[in-house]
Amino acid sequence: MGSFPATRHSVVAGIASADTHTRRVAFDALVSAYWRPVYKYVRIKWRRDREDAADLTQEFFARAFERGSLGRFEPARARFRTFLRVCLDGFVANEIKARGRLKRGGEVSFVPLDFAAAEHELSTHPAALGAGVALGADPDEDGLFRQEWVRGLFSDAVAALRASCEAAGKTTQFAVFQRYDLDDSAEVRPTYAQLAAELGIPATQVTNYLAFTRRELRRLLLERLRSLCASDEEFRLEARELLGTDPASRPA
Amino acid sequence: MSALSDAALRRLRDAADAPDLSGTKYEIVGRIGQGGMGTVYRARDRELGREIALKVVRLPEGAPDVAARMMREARTLARLEHPGIVPVHDVGTLPDGRAFYAMKLVRGAPLHELPATSLAERLRIVERVCEAVAFAHAHGVIHRDLKPQNVMVGPFGEVLVMDWGVAKVVGEPASSLGADGVPGTDHSAEPSTGHGVVLGTPGYMAPEQAAGDSSLVDARTDVYAIGALLRDVCTGNADGSHPDASGDVPRPLRAIIRRAMAPEPWDRYADVTALARDVAAFRAGDRVTAYNENLFERGRRIAVRHSTPILLVLAYLVMRVTFLAVFGR
Repeated sequence: MGSFPATRHSVVAGIASADTHTRRVAFDALVSAYWRPVYKYVRIKWRRDREDAADLTQEFFARAFERGSLGRFEPARARFRTFLRVCLDGFVANEIKARGRLKRGGEVSFVPLDFAAAEHELSTHPAALGAGVALGADPDEDGLFRQEWVRGLFSDAVAALRASCEAAGKTTQFAVFQRYDLDDSAEVRPTYAQLAAELGIPATQVTNYLAFTRRELRRLLLERLRSLCASDEEFRLEARELLGTDPASRPA
Repeated sequence: MSALSDAALRRLRDAADAPDLSGTKYEIVGRIGQGGMGTVYRARDRELGREIALKVVRLPEGAPDVAARMMREARTLARLEHPGIVPVHDVGTLPDGRAFYAMKLVRGAPLHELPATSLAERLRIVERVCEAVAFAHAHGVIHRDLKPQNVMVGPFGEVLVMDWGVAKVVGEPASSLGADGVPGTDHSAEPSTGHGVVLGTPGYMAPEQAAGDSSLVDARTDVYAIGALLRDVCTGNADGSHPDASGDVPRPLRAIIRRAMAPEPWDRYADVTALARDVAAFRAGDRVTAYNENLFERGRRIAVRHSTPILLVLAYLVMRVTFLAVFGR
């Protein structure tokens, strides 16, 4: 998990900062949020093999950091997510053309990137199933990138929720959330009564615990989303698409 | 942690936006659908041990009165006690400040997703819709968004008119209940109900409604929409794109649809009951008021309507003639 500066829009603003430390912190957060969708996108859309995709992912962020290309984002023209994907397309296209030339930027590293885990996640991706990842059929580019970005956001938020619950001694609360909202093992969702019996708590507590964890999840998600958006308008648009609701409409 | 599956991701997205039901007797089972301003959930009432539909309205910007309007909708629905109108069980405000109401969970399929049935059965459904809407009209409520998606047909043939979210209450100062989010609605307009604001669904909206002139909206506006509904069930087209019923639709039915969907309200049926009477008359093989049949058509209709006694008389006459021919010499 990368650190998320508390101030609003700090990541997008931070990557354009002249101060190297601020820029570095912002890039760590940016890479945390985007490396998975970038890697999977390169694997599926550009049909690169694992090593190549991992190299391209690292080089993309490293070069963006060195050259400050992502700092040239103009909020009026597009969402940051779209801008980043377009930059990535340009970068990969140029890299493929310029193969053989000396790679640059490889010495810059950010937060650890677990490509093996990403590869495992990719093995269940519909575009990769049955045909091998590199043979994915013409995917919906923005849809694919967005879906993986959303998955990354939720994964981070769930990890943060788990950590905060454990730190606060609220493991039962998280267990309720995990069994009801997270687990894929059961075909049919357990009822609150079943969960209550399983965890030895009253059914009303299941409602309360779920309400608490969902509220926390929502807060953590919106906090991360806010830090990755360049403007209020972009944040609200993304939040609406992410949760189907306007974050300004009720307390987060 | 392991990767989130697509299914888990879907659940989490729903969960992050799920209403806070702590302190209530309800628990969410799943999401049924979402519209422009709210969401309908399948929920379980723990006290009564039954499943219900829970409608939770989001609070959009610039419309702080939406919760009040939702309560009005619930109250209006509560007073429309009719087998064809979904009953409201409970209203309230959730701990997160969102207004909600609980209503009967309607099982079945919306009209446009109904498996192929006979024309007579489809006409019966339209008649049931007319009955429910006529009842609402009698209580001063105009639906304003009648369409196949808002008509549910249950497994035992029961017919329920859904989504009264944009209904207009005749005589109340704020002339509608506001847009809502019951599944099947696709309102793009904000919930404002003033003059010039268009609420409803293209293809089913009467011209006066499409023009945004709420002062001209009355029971005949619903007559128009039911005419469009009738057109759909007759042509098998449920997307509202056909301007006229045509093809194999019998002429009297076409005439009923034309009268119901007349551009000017005064050229339509005066009320839904009159429309229902004509549909029932057609179904029974009787004359419909919307169609001036010629002598041949009248004879044919009467022949079809009374085919059994006519066949019996004919059989008797044939037997009599045969008897006379053989034994009458």
